[in-house]
Amino acid sequence: MAGEETNSGGDHDHDHDHDHPPFLAHHFDTPEQQFDSGKLGIWLFLVTEILFFGGMFCAYAIFRMLRPEVFEGCSQFLNTKLGAINTGVLLFSSLTMAWAVRCSQTEEHKKLTGMLAATLSCAMIFLGVKAIEYSHKWHMGLLPAGLFSYDPNHPHHEGGPNYLLWICMPFILIAIGTILWLVISLIRGNKFHIACAKPLTVVALSFFAGVGLGTYLESGGSESHAVAGAHADGDHASGEHAGDDAHDHDGDHADHDHAHSSAAQLAMEDSGDLDVLEHLASDATNTGLKDDVAARVRQSEEASGSFAYNTSDDAANTINDVEREFLTPSRAGVFFSIYYCMTGVHAIHILAGIAVLVWLLIRSVRQDFNRQYFGPVDYVGLYWHLVDLIWIYLFPLLYLIR
Amino acid sequence: MSDHSTDSHGDGHDFAHPMPVPMLLAVFGALTVLTIITVGQASFDFGSYDVLIVMFIATIKATLVGAFFMHLAHDKPFNIFIFVSSFVFVGLFIIFTLSDSQMTSKDFIPVDDAVPISAPAEPSSVPAV
Amino acid sequence: MSAGSIPSGAQIRDPGYPTHSENYLTNSKGIMSWIFTLDHKRIGVMYLIGVTCAFAFAGLLALAIRLHLLSPDGAMFKGENANNIYNQVFTLHGAVMVFLFIIPSIPAALGNFLVPVMLGAKDVAFPRLNLCSFYLWMIGAVFFLMALLGSQLDTGWTFYTPYSTTTDTSVIAATMGAFILGFSSIFTGLNFIVTINTMRPPGMTWFRMPLFLWATYATSIIQVLATPVLGITLLLLIAERTMHIGIFDPEYNGDPVTFQHFFWFYSHPAVYIMILPAFGVISDLISVHSHKRIFGYRFIAYSSIAIALLGFLVWGHHMFTAGMSSLTTIIFSALTFTVSVPSAIKVFNWLATMYKGSISLTTPMCYAISFIFLFTIGGLTGLHLGTLATDLHLHDTYFVVAHFHYVMVGGTLVAFIGGVFHWWPKMFGKMYSELFGRLSCLIVFLGFNLTFLPQFVLGSRGMPRRYATYDPEFQSLHVMSTYGALLLGVGLTVALFTLLYSLIWGKRAPANPWGGATLEWHCTSPPPFYNFERAPSVGDPYEFGNVEWDSEDERYVSTEPERKLVPDEQPSEVPAH
Repeated sequence: MAGEETNSGGDHDHDHDHDHPPFLAHHFDTPEQQFDSGKLGIWLFLVTEILFFGGMFCAYAIFRMLRPEVFEGCSQFLNTKLGAINTGVLLFSSLTMAWAVRCSQTEEHKKLTGMLAATLSCAMIFLGVKAIEYSHKWHMGLLPAGLFSYDPNHPHHEGGPNYLLWICMPFILIAIGTILWLVISLIRGNKFHIACAKPLTVVALSFFAGVGLGTYLESGGSESHAVAGAHADGDHASGEHAGDDAHDHDGDHADHDHAHSSAAQLAMEDSGDLDVLEHLASDATNTGLKDDVAARVRQSEEASGSFAYNTSDDAANTINDVEREFLTPSRAGVFFSIYYCMTGVHAIHILAGIAVLVWLLIRSVRQDFNRQYFGPVDYVGLYWHLVDLIWIYLFPLLYLIR
Repeated sequence: MSDHSTDSHGDGHDFAHPMPVPMLLAVFGALTVLTIITVGQASFDFGSYDVLIVMFIATIKATLVGAFFMHLAHDKPFNIFIFVSSFVFVGLFIIFTLSDSQMTSKDFIPVDDAVPISAPAEPSSVPAV
Repeated sequence: MSAGSIPSGAQIRDPGYPTHSENYLTNSKGIMSWIFTLDHKRIGVMYLIGVTCAFAFAGLLALAIRLHLLSPDGAMFKGENANNIYNQVFTLHGAVMVFLFIIPSIPAALGNFLVPVMLGAKDVAFPRLNLCSFYLWMIGAVFFLMALLGSQLDTGWTFYTPYSTTTDTSVIAATMGAFILGFSSIFTGLNFIVTINTMRPPGMTWFRMPLFLWATYATSIIQVLATPVLGITLLLLIAERTMHIGIFDPEYNGDPVTFQHFFWFYSHPAVYIMILPAFGVISDLISVHSHKRIFGYRFIAYSSIAIALLGFLVWGHHMFTAGMSSLTTIIFSALTFTVSVPSAIKVFNWLATMYKGSISLTTPMCYAISFIFLFTIGGLTGLHLGTLATDLHLHDTYFVVAHFHYVMVGGTLVAFIGGVFHWWPKMFGKMYSELFGRLSCLIVFLGFNLTFLPQFVLGSRGMPRRYATYDPEFQSLHVMSTYGALLLGVGLTVALFTLLYSLIWGKRAPANPWGGATLEWHCTSPPPFYNFERAPSVGDPYEFGNVEWDSEDERYVSTEPERKLVPDEQPSEVPAH
């Protein structure tokens, strides 16, 4: 009695840990304790994620409060259709993920692999659509404040890198990689590798399904809106800037027109601020992006700005001026900064989710999970739902401002 | 939190609570419907209520996802508590920062107020680049 | 309590000494067994070495700063670039001290070692995550070194915009470093919360936890809730520098005050990340070395949580002069005072614990008493800074510098050293020289006060902080401060060498050298690899009634009257009455 609480040597013989199953870490007593710990851990991690995004929501709230008209106007550049489709895709992936958790609990291994593959495919489709959105906006120069180079008269820059191709490049490589993997494992007849490579090939290819979907919706959207208000605004603009060589102005874009029409309502409350424009024009040239062209355009902006002030009673005449006012780096640019930060960080979370889901998928093929040990699926599921949940807020806050 | 029963090797379903498939499908259906409603309401102008409506719908959706997809409805109360408390802290952060920005905004964004006055004076002072 | 007072007939309980294969330090060999270890104790030791190196580095920078300020025109750095070098040195001093030393010091180094042992668990809940967070700390440290070796950083540790978005120094490397260190901190906190929540053995109820665990728990709450906001802030700052996103940069209509809100939403709670674990250490030290039950256990426990939560409401007091609205400043000022209440509760409880205790003036106790003295000064001067009217005068002066050094150095560092002295026998199984330990405490105490008391005077006379040169009228005080810093350096060196000396020539430590009643004293020194072969029987952590001094073997042992119910697996041997 008088002594040794810790008697025997540091060997690994824990008789009190009766049949310690292989999935149970040595320092836990029961699978349930392990599961509870993991669950609490992932919930705390989600808390950090929420606060992480909370910072950006805070930035969003501040700038939306300060410049509601900018947010309203710039939101028109975001394609609601693509946003809605992506929302649906993410919701569906949440469904399959929740289902996957169920499958892991009920030990339906084949179905679990299928559900994880479905979740992954949805994630890839989401990224594909996102790639279309991003490349489209980059092409138009709708970039964060420092790089913002949107020109209402030339919404589509000539030349420039093919952003879509650059975004797709890693995914093309991944797709080629998985196909090669599939082919090699088929040749070798390695069943485990086939079982992994098959769903992953589908996953890799679904990125391009997303790209295709995005392209289709983007072009479809363009046509339908072009009828709506292109001509009126286009006439205004070309009328006022007769001196400008607005050669491709007739190529009006849907987003562009949206911006025009909503801008009309803002005409009265917000009139020109030349000082800042002037200042910013010089800043923008500092970035060396557009050089003389940019300076020239700003020059004309300022001219029209002052014109707008003089005839501010006439709402029709001010449409373009107001639009130009918020289409400056310090206004629209900040909106797009926030847009890219929020959706970009969200996309990074999707990528991280894809990485862990691939790991899960391989483990599910290996049939690692059972009713005592489904923690990893559950934890990744929770993470995935949180990513979905953040998108649920991002979508209306960014895409649906009227 | 640590009340783990020592013997859970029996049928093993004591801590796994599989969600019934119909419930998952129903939640997904509700979420889709709510998404459609959100998109639909965007074409109407509710003025300043706009944000509130949108956020209300989003919160319903978030609650659905949280309660069913994330099993919060069947989870330990402590997990619910920490999840909800994270929103409390985000709210705290946003409310303080936002209210301060609102009160000082006139000072730190002079461009919104000061410029229209100076605008008419400068139509000719366009920098010749 | 008194020497040789083991009641006759009582059974004594002492775990003895670990065998070579039990000892966590020696049970596996080779450098790889350390690099890939998942043992929380080894990770704690690696953290201890890491933060000590970081502290030594940043401490030398501090000495350089003080030496430079010996003369009004600057004595240390010469040449036309002198002022820039000065800026870089104080920036690096601040950033390394805050991010690499103080934040991980007690929670990561002592906490990793102690939390599972005190709790009676085998390990933290996620050992791999634990190791991962140590390596994240290392990577973050590498980024900081890159910022040093590259074009040097001179923004101050706060990275305030717009300067940080316009200066051409390596802000990005440093912010990346801080970002990564943030994740290290988050993972540590997350791990501790889960460990304390789910890994408590039977019998370890919330209110039987040692107060160090309560403090660690409160710290972890802050780490999990506040650090992500720092993460996003730094990420946005990086985006601001690379893409000019215009959220913080006034050039693009951004708002620098927003940056300060973002920054201090993390960094004020981070102040409590730094000081709360120190409270926990002191609570244990005071109680053990006074051999008296802690006074107001629940008050101390709850006040830790209260500080953690209230700490989220007061960040604005760093920004009184930054251009916040006057209403916001008033609200933040009022809330700031509320935080002083739980801190005061702790101080009163410590004093009440010492009152009529049988105090052994061991080295840890000397440090603990210094802590109370210095922290009280630091805390009380904080009230001046929380008051709007005086803060407008004192803002950005040496008064602020002195105030937070009293809290960070006089508080956290002294508690950290005290804690290291207290648990050193447990960590390495060696006793150090009490004489040199106490001597180091005395020198540190004198040196510290000589360094920073004059700075209160300097500040209230209008000496601004962060200046490389100053008016000659301030010189005598600056010289005092510099001599104090040198003395402080000597004291810390003595402490370091006392400990290092003991590693080789120290006496073998008994399991319970101080007479503590918490669980870590119930296992051998150093603890075996698995801490507790079976779940330990948990008693009251501050019940010293059965802890007696065994003068033969110079150790404390727990005595037990005959009737003792041991939850053992051979009940036949133990007559249970």
